[in-house]
Amino acid sequence: MCLAVPAQIIKLQDMLATIEINGVTRQASIMLVPEAKVGDYVLVHAGFAIQLVDQEEAERTMELLKELAQYEDQ
Amino acid sequence: MKISNEEQKRSAEFFVKEIRRLTNRPLRLMEVCGTHTVAIFKSGIRQLLPCEVELISGPGCPVCVTPNDYLDMAIAYSRQKDTIITTFGDMLKVPGSTSSLAAEKAEGRDIRVVYSPLESLDIAAGNLDKKVIFLAVGFETTAPTAAATVLEAERKMLRNFYVLSAHKRVPPALNALCAADDITLDGLLLPGHVSAIIGEQAYAFLSERFSVPAVIAGFEALDILQAVYFLVKQIREGKAAVENQYRRIVKPEGNVAARNILSQVYEEDDAVWRGIGLINFSGLKVNAKYRRFDAEESIPVEVEPTVEPRGCRCGEVLRGVAKPFECSLFGDICRPEQPVGSCMVSVEGACAAWYRYGTGRWQI
Amino acid sequence: MKEEKILLAHGSGGKLSQKLIEEVMRPAFSNPALDEMHDGAKVTVNGAKLAFTTDSHVVKPLFFAGGDIGKLAVCGTVNDLAMTGAKALYLSAGFIIEEGFPQSDLLRVVDSMRQAAFQANVTIVTGDTKVVEKGAADGIYINTAGVGALIEGVNISPQRACSGQNIILTGSLGDHAVTIMAERHGLTLPVNITSDCAPLNGMIEELLYNVPEIAVLRDPTRGGLATVLNEVASQAQAGIIINEMDIPVNPEVMAVCDMLGYDPLYLANEGKAVIFVESVHTDKALAILKQHVYGRNAKVIGQVTKDPKGQVGLRTLVGGVRLLDMLPGDQLPRIC
Repeated sequence: MCLAVPAQIIKLQDMLATIEINGVTRQASIMLVPEAKVGDYVLVHAGFAIQLVDQEEAERTMELLKELAQYEDQ
Repeated sequence: MKISNEEQKRSAEFFVKEIRRLTNRPLRLMEVCGTHTVAIFKSGIRQLLPCEVELISGPGCPVCVTPNDYLDMAIAYSRQKDTIITTFGDMLKVPGSTSSLAAEKAEGRDIRVVYSPLESLDIAAGNLDKKVIFLAVGFETTAPTAAATVLEAERKMLRNFYVLSAHKRVPPALNALCAADDITLDGLLLPGHVSAIIGEQAYAFLSERFSVPAVIAGFEALDILQAVYFLVKQIREGKAAVENQYRRIVKPEGNVAARNILSQVYEEDDAVWRGIGLINFSGLKVNAKYRRFDAEESIPVEVEPTVEPRGCRCGEVLRGVAKPFECSLFGDICRPEQPVGSCMVSVEGACAAWYRYGTGRWQI
Repeated sequence: MKEEKILLAHGSGGKLSQKLIEEVMRPAFSNPALDEMHDGAKVTVNGAKLAFTTDSHVVKPLFFAGGDIGKLAVCGTVNDLAMTGAKALYLSAGFIIEEGFPQSDLLRVVDSMRQAAFQANVTIVTGDTKVVEKGAADGIYINTAGVGALIEGVNISPQRACSGQNIILTGSLGDHAVTIMAERHGLTLPVNITSDCAPLNGMIEELLYNVPEIAVLRDPTRGGLATVLNEVASQAQAGIIINEMDIPVNPEVMAVCDMLGYDPLYLANEGKAVIFVESVHTDKALAILKQHVYGRNAKVIGQVTKDPKGQVGLRTLVGGVRLLDMLPGDQLPRIC
């Protein structure tokens, strides 16, 4: 019961954000992450942003995975 | 930055090879979260792992651990006049003692599937002559969204919105599992999105009290493989720490703002988990201040006596002591299109996942 | 014991729909033409080999990006005829209209049927209209039936799927379903994502004239690709393996699936075909499909295998293989 997706905030009005994934947009409340700003990536669950995505950590994970993918080649 | 399909496949191969290399005895690892269960089956991870590494599905499917009497109460409310039930899709097909919400819907009861609890407020505002009851089910990931919805309902002065709470907390259940004599686990995959709210710190007792290795994991196939790799590595090195594979989402302190909202509306309460029984402080109920939003407190209802399905071993499955196919009903009397036990009903249930993705009834 | 009721899931195209057909419809109507259980029936009238099919349309919203209920009603039946291996010829149109339905909307729907029929090169030769009381129907329902001439030398039948054949999919999955669902769930799609609703008969006829060896044709509508493959595997008692890596899904469609917890393999399409063909004819088939606007992205997504009989497997991105089963009923938006 814990499906959640990362999405970017592209608009913000009070506690209501417009979030976007691959061009698809919907509304989500930021009541649970009141510090969120336009441009931030948030994790969305049941119509609420429930946490900020740490972009640096996300990039780090991705880099590591790409590195490991190379590992096989050698 | 994007990772290509080919790169995904290659890094998966890396993890599988490392897991194989590090495993030198049979290991029982529990994925606590139902969303992990589905992700594991859906991505075919079980078939990739060496046979010594057994993944066991845990009690982290909220629909599965919700006792029948809750469903019976929801069904009873749906039969009341001028009542609209709003629910996540997951609950619709779950059988209560003698009916289900889907069956009641076919009878003409007003039962609406919502994606967000907030949608209930629009429905309430548009139907002021009716009572709108939201079936508030879910763990710490979901509970704050219901709490925030109650706060919104108050701000909007909606007097016809209620929640019927069956929210549950993960750490007390983990504590009960680890303390049980008949369950042996070599490691735990911890639920990433519950952890987004409660943080790493909430699991300190796992290493302190039980010395069980644990890894907070994300939900992509590679997240899960990496987390299993971390677990196997810990076990091999004789460590028992709480590691965090899902740093991009899970912070040590979790989401403090969300927990504050949660504790404004809810208080901890003892709760019954199907298959495990009563666990102290493992549930959440609406507190005194917001009592008028609590359906149970505000709307009297007569509920039929609860009957548990016979022969069903969901309880043992939920504790990881029986595998789905060991239940004599599995795949025969109990199938997704005619489920007997909750683990077959919920998409996230262990039995449903075993059945749907073919484990135990299909091999290439 | 409570009386069994028809649930929405009985209309989903999944296991419950199958159960309804097997337990209620087939015992009543069983005959060789029906028992083939294809998109359309093959019948012979005065020596002429015909395909005959029918389809009812109850889509909500009535108008959506890329089409409306009228276009859908024509394309649905035209495609069913094409999937039977026939040249689509004549259609009927039956309307059930709710009292109070705006005439301007009806005009729009009818005009779009006219255009779709023109594009598909079929003629609507008979019809019927009924009006029911307000509340007895939801706006408008349209039934179409169609007749076509079976193409000489072609024998399309799900029972002909056999080990070694390639499975071609003519384009990306889920565009139609996602377009329809987006509105219901408060999602806004970018303009490039529209329903794929289209008449496939021109493309399929050319394919069949050039590659008459094609064994099976299906359009993955209700229930999606997974359901169609399961039906074929079961009818042919063959196994099927498809590769997740090769299945085209637009990133926007994937985003909707992620948001709502849907699986694109079960989403309805209205302008795609699944084609089973021997490997020696595969390149030729692909070359023909790729020349058509509705087949530009055609590709091989998997193979028919000997075992496991009657079942479909999916090779996942990370390299595991697991069962791809039919769903019991509809996909519901889930947060878990």
